[in-house]
Amino acid sequence: MIPAAFDYVRAHSAQEAISLLSEYGDEAKLLAGGHSLLPMMKLRLAVPTVLIDIGRVDDLSYVRDQGDHLAIGALTKHGFLETNALLNSECPILAHVASKVGDPQVRHRGTIGGSLAHSDSASDLPAAVLALGGTIVAQGPNGVREISSTDFFTGYFESSLAEDEMLTEIRVPKSPGANWNYQKFNRRAQDWAIVGVAAVRVGNSTNVSLVNMGSTPIRAEAVEAALKAGVNAEEAALHAADDTEPPTDLNASPEYRAHLARVLTKRALQASGL
Amino acid sequence: MVLGGYASSFVLARDEKGDTVEISVTVNGDTKTDEVEPRTLLVYYLREELGLTGTNVGCDTSSCGACTVHVNGESVKSCTMLAVQADGQEVLTIEGLAPSATELHPMQESFRENHGLQCGYCTPGMVMAACSLLKENPSPTEIEVREGLEGNLCRCTGYHNIVKSVLACSGQDLL
Ligand SMILES: Cc1cc2nc3c(=O)[nH]c(=O)nc-3n(C[C@H](O)[C@H](O)[C@H](O)COP(=O)(O)OP(=O)(O)OC[C@H]3O[C@@H](n4cnc5c(N)ncnc54)[C@H](O)[C@@H]3O)c2cc1C
Ligand code: FES
Ligand code: FES
Repeated sequence: MIPAAFDYVRAHSAQEAISLLSEYGDEAKLLAGGHSLLPMMKLRLAVPTVLIDIGRVDDLSYVRDQGDHLAIGALTKHGFLETNALLNSECPILAHVASKVGDPQVRHRGTIGGSLAHSDSASDLPAAVLALGGTIVAQGPNGVREISSTDFFTGYFESSLAEDEMLTEIRVPKSPGANWNYQKFNRRAQDWAIVGVAAVRVGNSTNVSLVNMGSTPIRAEAVEAALKAGVNAEEAALHAADDTEPPTDLNASPEYRAHLARVLTKRALQASGL
Repeated sequence: MVLGGYASSFVLARDEKGDTVEISVTVNGDTKTDEVEPRTLLVYYLREELGLTGTNVGCDTSSCGACTVHVNGESVKSCTMLAVQADGQEVLTIEGLAPSATELHPMQESFRENHGLQCGYCTPGMVMAACSLLKENPSPTEIEVREGLEGNLCRCTGYHNIVKSVLACSGQDLL
């Protein structure tokens, strides 16, 4: 399977990538790790005429301590997050979730920025960033803006990034010692979650997010509200599928996904003591 | 199918040969300079341009790991990487692993010794993935070996002897 022909340009900085995006318009796509884009191009579900390779923008590969939060460069690979000491001590849920993405080969290439920009509701890292209440930093021709993770995911494979914007950084609150758990349910090795649940204590609240339970990663608001009202984990988890529209595919019906969401939420809350 | 920011229908056009770009890749220690189309996948560059057919294509959809090679010392699926992305990088394939024409690499030797293969189709990718695994985790547990080879499928062995081969190569007790 060979992609349709395209022109290839390499950007050496975010600035250069953004001016190339403006120059080539909506026919162009940024290429980070290529582990979502290239499979789609091979199937010809994506047919950009220009690829702007940002894979060598090395100054966007980092995890930094910024006082109350951590800043993660968009080009940081999943494998780097998995083993990074700072992330493991200050925001362990994100390091753990990164270790659950695909397989080692995928984690050697795929980037957190690519994963969020791709906005697949079946992906692991978007739901984790959403549970943490993280912030996404986007840079465009008119400067930099910050987008709350609750506003970032807008639809099936769609984010609020503009066509001439590049995701440059992800910010997550520090949560050392906070209770957390991630439940990823799949039947085959290296596969995407049929349903996943991330639960984490951030400040005074318990946040719960769901993977593959709608067109975007979503917060389980009914569960969060029940916990806030003092309901125990087992009963709160019964609300995990409230107001959701789970997708249907070869792996699962919407009813089965709703059941999984309730069971996995219960497990996540109980395993983490939340 | 509606695919958000992506195209909404299959496009079979644009199959005429596109412009080429020059790449320079160090493959098994030798620097190769070639003109390739940007859409050339690394695995086809290795197999068809350089004649290094030890790296197999199994699924061509990023699932089976038969095409695993090392790029800058890390395992990657070469069917899911463009040759232009390897420009200026170091690639190691199964052909470059053994120290000489008459000696096997310890991982290859261990697969041979422990019957870690049957038909052999998955083996080049399996061996490359296993070497990358031991580089990152020199003394893995059995479960860490199984999870570390999650991206590589084998239709013959049932994995048991592959896991045994990798554990043996790490100098640990066999199962
Ligand atoms: C076999 C296999 C198994 C996988 N399993 C899982 C899994 O279990 N869980 C999971 O979550 N994911 C999984 N993935 C997907 C993987 O995590 C991808 O790496 C990730 O989704 C995309 O990151 P990337 O860097 O490869 O992005 P690319 O493929 O390069 O890009 C993806 C999209 O994002 C855009 N983009 C990339 N970077 C930026 C940026 N900085 N700013 C703006 N736009 C950008 C691109 O233009 C493109 O549209 C799997 C992939 C494979 C091949
Ligand atoms: S051929 Fe590359 S993963 Fe199967
Ligand atoms: S030995 Fe035949 S596929 Fe693994």
